[in-house]
Amino acid sequence: MRYGMAIEVNKCVGCADCVVACQTENNVPIGYSRDWIMEKVTGKYPNLDLHFESQRCNHCIDTPCVRTCPTGASFVSDGGIVRVTHDECIGCGACIEACPYDARYFHPDGYVDKCTFCEHRVTEGLNPACVSVCPTDCMHFGDLDDPESAISKLIAARENFTILPEAGTAPQIFYLK
Amino acid sequence: MEEYILSTSREIYGLYPHVHVWGFPISAYLFLGGLAAGILLFATIYYLNGKEDDMPFTVKIAPIFTFGLVMVGLVLLLYDLHHVLYSWQLFTTFRIESPMSWGAWTLIVVSIFSLLWPLSYIDDIEAYLHERGWKRLDGITKFIRNVEHKWLLPRFIILTFRKYRKVAAYLMLFSSIILGIYTGILLSAFNAHPLWNNSILGPLFLVSGISTGSAFVMWLSNNHKERALMSKIDIALIAVELFFIIHMIMGMQAGTEAYRQAAHLFLGGEYTVIFWVVFVGFGLVLPFILEALELKGFKVHPALPALLVLLGGLLFRIIMVNAGQISEFPI
Repeated sequence: MRYGMAIEVNKCVGCADCVVACQTENNVPIGYSRDWIMEKVTGKYPNLDLHFESQRCNHCIDTPCVRTCPTGASFVSDGGIVRVTHDECIGCGACIEACPYDARYFHPDGYVDKCTFCEHRVTEGLNPACVSVCPTDCMHFGDLDDPESAISKLIAARENFTILPEAGTAPQIFYLK
Repeated sequence: MEEYILSTSREIYGLYPHVHVWGFPISAYLFLGGLAAGILLFATIYYLNGKEDDMPFTVKIAPIFTFGLVMVGLVLLLYDLHHVLYSWQLFTTFRIESPMSWGAWTLIVVSIFSLLWPLSYIDDIEAYLHERGWKRLDGITKFIRNVEHKWLLPRFIILTFRKYRKVAAYLMLFSSIILGIYTGILLSAFNAHPLWNNSILGPLFLVSGISTGSAFVMWLSNNHKERALMSKIDIALIAVELFFIIHMIMGMQAGTEAYRQAAHLFLGGEYTVIFWVVFVGFGLVLPFILEALELKGFKVHPALPALLVLLGGLLFRIIMVNAGQISEFPI
């Protein structure tokens, strides 16, 4: 079992519904967010290309954040979900420095907080909050280990990319072109 | 053209506009760790070479300060934690892959050595103080002696330490090198920050730490021979440091775009002046020249080059901690 996400960038309109859904579902403090929208413009005028990426923790296979944690508060949970045990976190900030995606932040209570892939929902067979509210249905969630799952088939069939593959973290969020 | 715009608000403390979760306390902590490592390194090396009577300040007196330096460093580290009430958990686990964990434990080992080392020299320290007429500190040495005479356990520990001082010196040498290198490894372990992520940073911080250690001895020692020797050593260390710095920047310049951008922070970017003029100019080259002039017989106030090296060492860590956090990959 390895949870992952596939996001169709050509369908995403950048409405930020995923961001708001996450904040509501996970009671994220006001002003904070576990996911965000990046607008990317590339090319040379007049041949410009614009697309949106809904970004969050990539729940990497090779996790620099877990490696640098001095207490073991950062850990990889079942299904490859990267999580933080709040009571074991000392708030040293090493994982925030280690993450190339800026996916972690200090919660106002002091511990480090981040996307959990809505573990409380996905273990019950539901989709994460962000995926479930997407109005254009551009986000897909599922088991990457199962070659027959809808998400595995999508990733196999479509050209895709991950963010900063050169960081060597093996991200588990795939953006479909 | 490539333009990435964050289109949802994410002005989170410590993340916006770029990662900045480590500030002055961490820079100062790295500086104090390096300084303590340098002082202990000289103390053990000269002790193991049988120079304990030729270089009394280096071997016996300077290590007195290291316990205080390490403790201040530890307090700064704990002060910088955001979930400080849970900080004890740093000392209930050891994680071999985490530099932060290595640092916390190394500091504990070094602080034990730096406490026991001067205690084992209490007679010599008292004699040294009396020689200089500093009788005001007699109270402290008397108190330590009283504890040693009255309580069995402290006496046993100190006597054992004195008996096996040579073994202890080897262990202390090893742990001080670990401490010195660790202060650089703590930063170079993060591949999310190209400026930090190079293998020269560990040795560079070690050399810089040893250099501040020699400057510390040079500054406070009254022994002319000791000072001259430390001055010579410091000249060599500054030369090595300059070589490493050039090498580090050359390595980044020869790297990928992210590394070239990291080097650009020092080559025209916002840290250019403070790095080359203030740190390299006033913190390395000027003390190098002053120390060389002093050895040639010119009269230079001994505190001047030493303080420049010490302030330069602190500034170097402030620059590296801050500039490193700016240096990021575009996501």
